[in-house]
Amino acid sequence: MDNISSLSGSQKDELMDQVKQQIAVANAQELLTKMTEKCFKKCISKPGTSLDSSEQKCVAMCMDRYMDSWNLVSRAYSIRIQKERSHM
Amino acid sequence: MTDSFDSFSSSLDAKGGDKDLQEFLMVEKQKAQFNAQIHEFNDFCWEKCVDKPSNKLDSRTETCLTNCVDRFIDVSLLITNRFAQLLQKSGGM
Repeated sequence: MDNISSLSGSQKDELMDQVKQQIAVANAQELLTKMTEKCFKKCISKPGTSLDSSEQKCVAMCMDRYMDSWNLVSRAYSIRIQKERSHM
Repeated sequence: MTDSFDSFSSSLDAKGGDKDLQEFLMVEKQKAQFNAQIHEFNDFCWEKCVDKPSNKLDSRTETCLTNCVDRFIDVSLLITNRFAQLLQKSGGM
């Protein structure tokens, strides 16, 4: 961090890649945590001695739907931001 | 996340900084904030709109999710504006 302004071009590229990668990892972790929490809540009403097959099926579907929902929300939010920008 | 961005950017500022890097970090920071906001929206709109997960999101759920995002932003804007008015009326701070 000390000599951050004296980085060479390739070092800079490397740094940028690292930052991007760390952000991507953090993002995936956030999604994973949220999905686990939400799908546990939706699919496991009474925790039994094992995950039965209907619970597993529910969790699998729930994951897919959660990601669908994420994409939908992302689209809605982008559209809204664009709309607000054009009003300014 | 945003905190580490800030300390990173300010350490660049303090040293005269590097234009490319600063710009890169600003863009990445905005992207990260955008993403964090989507996680938050999806969190509570999921609770409001999605019932039992099925084979696909039905159109009613999709509409609900889209509306949920838009109405939340409406409420946020409304409250921000009204709060600003209240502050002004009360002599301002």
